[in-house]
Amino acid sequence: MAVQLDARPPVAPAPRTDRSRRGHRLSRFDTKYSPYFYIAPFFLLFGVFGLYPLIYTFWVSLHDWDLLGTSPAFIGLDNYSALMGDPDFWHSVVNTLGIFVISTVPQLLLALWLANLLNRQLRARTGWRMAVLVPNVTSTAAVAIVFGVLFGREFGMINWLLDHVGIDAINWKANRIASWVAISTMVDWRWTGYNALIFLAAMQAIPRDLYESASIDGATRSRQFWSITVPLLKPTIIFAVIISTIGGLQLFTEPRMFHSGTNPIRGGSLRESQTVTMYMFENAFAPNYNFGYGSAVAWLLFALIAVVAAINVLLLRRLGGGGGLKEDA
Amino acid sequence: MATFSRRRLAAVALVAASTLLATSACGGGDDAAEGGPITLTVDVFGQFGYDDLYKEYMAAHPDVKIVERGTGSNLDEYSPKLTQWLAAGKGAGDVVAIEEGLLVEYKARPQNFVNLLDHGAADLKGNFLEWKWNQGLTADGKQLIGLGTDVGGMAMCYRKDLFAKAGLPTERDEVSKLWPTWQDYIKVGEQFKAKNTGASFLDGATNTFNTVLLQTAGNTTGYSYYDTSDNLVVDSNPAVRQAYDTTMDIIDSGLSGKYGSWSEEWVSAFKQSKFATIACPAWLTGVIEGNAGPGGKGKWDVADVPGDGGNWGGSFLAVPKQSKHQAEAIELAKFLTSAKGQIGAFKAKGPLPSSPQALEDPAIIDSTNAYFSDAPVGKIFAEGAKSLKPVYMGPKNQAVRTEVENAVRTVELGQRSPEQGWNDAVGNAKKAAAK
Repeated sequence: MAVQLDARPPVAPAPRTDRSRRGHRLSRFDTKYSPYFYIAPFFLLFGVFGLYPLIYTFWVSLHDWDLLGTSPAFIGLDNYSALMGDPDFWHSVVNTLGIFVISTVPQLLLALWLANLLNRQLRARTGWRMAVLVPNVTSTAAVAIVFGVLFGREFGMINWLLDHVGIDAINWKANRIASWVAISTMVDWRWTGYNALIFLAAMQAIPRDLYESASIDGATRSRQFWSITVPLLKPTIIFAVIISTIGGLQLFTEPRMFHSGTNPIRGGSLRESQTVTMYMFENAFAPNYNFGYGSAVAWLLFALIAVVAAINVLLLRRLGGGGGLKEDA
Repeated sequence: MATFSRRRLAAVALVAASTLLATSACGGGDDAAEGGPITLTVDVFGQFGYDDLYKEYMAAHPDVKIVERGTGSNLDEYSPKLTQWLAAGKGAGDVVAIEEGLLVEYKARPQNFVNLLDHGAADLKGNFLEWKWNQGLTADGKQLIGLGTDVGGMAMCYRKDLFAKAGLPTERDEVSKLWPTWQDYIKVGEQFKAKNTGASFLDGATNTFNTVLLQTAGNTTGYSYYDTSDNLVVDSNPAVRQAYDTTMDIIDSGLSGKYGSWSEEWVSAFKQSKFATIACPAWLTGVIEGNAGPGGKGKWDVADVPGDGGNWGGSFLAVPKQSKHQAEAIELAKFLTSAKGQIGAFKAKGPLPSSPQALEDPAIIDSTNAYFSDAPVGKIFAEGAKSLKPVYMGPKNQAVRTEVENAVRTVELGQRSPEQGWNDAVGNAKKAAAK
């Protein structure tokens, strides 16, 4: 997609006439099949750690599979039909989508704005560009724990600041929308800089003369931004949206570490911020140990991500003019 | 150019291959040291107080090295990990601690553990309180999963300085006299609250709810969420409703600090002196000391629990079948759960012995706890321990308890009315039990 790999075919070495026929055949074999061997490790690893678990999870989801039990019973799609009527599951889906929207929309807009700033002539440019990536290299769990403390009900700094401006303390962990907002700030803290750098890289590939001619025509900076930068960034934006969708819908560490104490996997006593992955974990492991049901949650999450990613791509293709770029995406 | 990128690809392939090797090597385990000292891993949660016992055991067994994992972790982190290790057939320690509420889950799947009866454990029966021994047995009585470590005799821990501030007595005997019943406890709480000390009377509702429930159940039905035939009786067991109603009275009176048990805020509240009392099973004294830190030394004391006795928690040591050093692990488990081992653990971190010999030992009876103003904790906890009435726990106890606790919590936080909370508790418990 947006990642432009070098598409030129590798230059085949000129056949050497002084070699034997056998050597010649070997080198032909080399040029023809070696690339497959070189990419094989990825597919082997993907097969072992990606495809096999995927299929096995589906197999498990067709059983009444107690995590520690013996001889699970085959029950077909019963887990899936139970899941369809499980209000707690749909509750977690709404939570996940809510957190996804609250975090991703501002995050990508902010990243775009940051990238635009970083693309200007700044002093110590590299320093600034590296600085925005710093939150991304900190450990997610550490960030979540720190934010969990910041958003504490009684001893948290956010409530202390709110108190100073006369706003009553918010129980961030026991209020559905408030907990979504708190978790979204964690996600944005971590990923805004990363996306800004991706946008920046794409911005630098935009020819300067487009801007020059636009300014000769009298276009303002913001006009240039919306009419040149954004349309030309479309493939990159689609890439960022899809990556954010996958990450956002699989959100686990932030909401899990946000809650501490007994059964944090619920994401609050009314499951205020329990995401789908947390619900999966709750069912597959403690306290329910129902591996089959948990696996069914995993597969529905997979389907959900595919659907949301498809919707995102469709929406983005409709948005903005950039018809000429469609084939790139 | 072409050769360069090819070399790079080759490097990638090499890295990938070595990653594969490394991951498969990880699974190899500790068999490398053939003939050398073997390493026994002990998995625990919270504070078991075994450090000195390990040293002693290693000195007597130079061929054994002991490593403890999970010290200080909370049960909710520990139990899923243990279950995953058991399910995967790999990763669990050679000796694992199991809390009584989880033991019922594992007893239903006994194939994961060594049957200690096959290894001479039957002779040890007299070393444990009878009900503690029986808890470790499977339903058919043919397999012993775990040897008992501690029992959770109950008391009420309180802050002397906050009591003084509120004009209440501070001597433990007088404090014990303040609250023969939970209703009296609430009345004392109301007096405390009226003095505006800046602290709540108690930490949180769930902690107290569990205490009242296990006490009431122990004194009446003998079971809590499940009856002894494993029927879910959340809505029909009067002990559950009674504990729920008592907890609602506490919440209504505004006595709770609303700190969720084991949360960051709960820990901070200890340090910041934000509540004056907490219902404390024996094993909690070590946790209080850890949470409140050195600054709390001498400010805490231990009085009798309102109502009549009760047991909350207590654990077992088991040996998973996947252990590669079963014989040595069993020996270690026997040592740690012996009367001597239990006394050592009690002295280090406070878990109350489940061995009648240990409970009669002067080392326990005469022991005091310097952190808790030299309270005679040995006497306070040990006296009640022998007459403890255990509470039967059914197969999905943990999942059901989670639902009921969370329902209590929603009322405490003002998200639900007491009646809605009760309906949630019953409805969600039924759902969890059916999963």
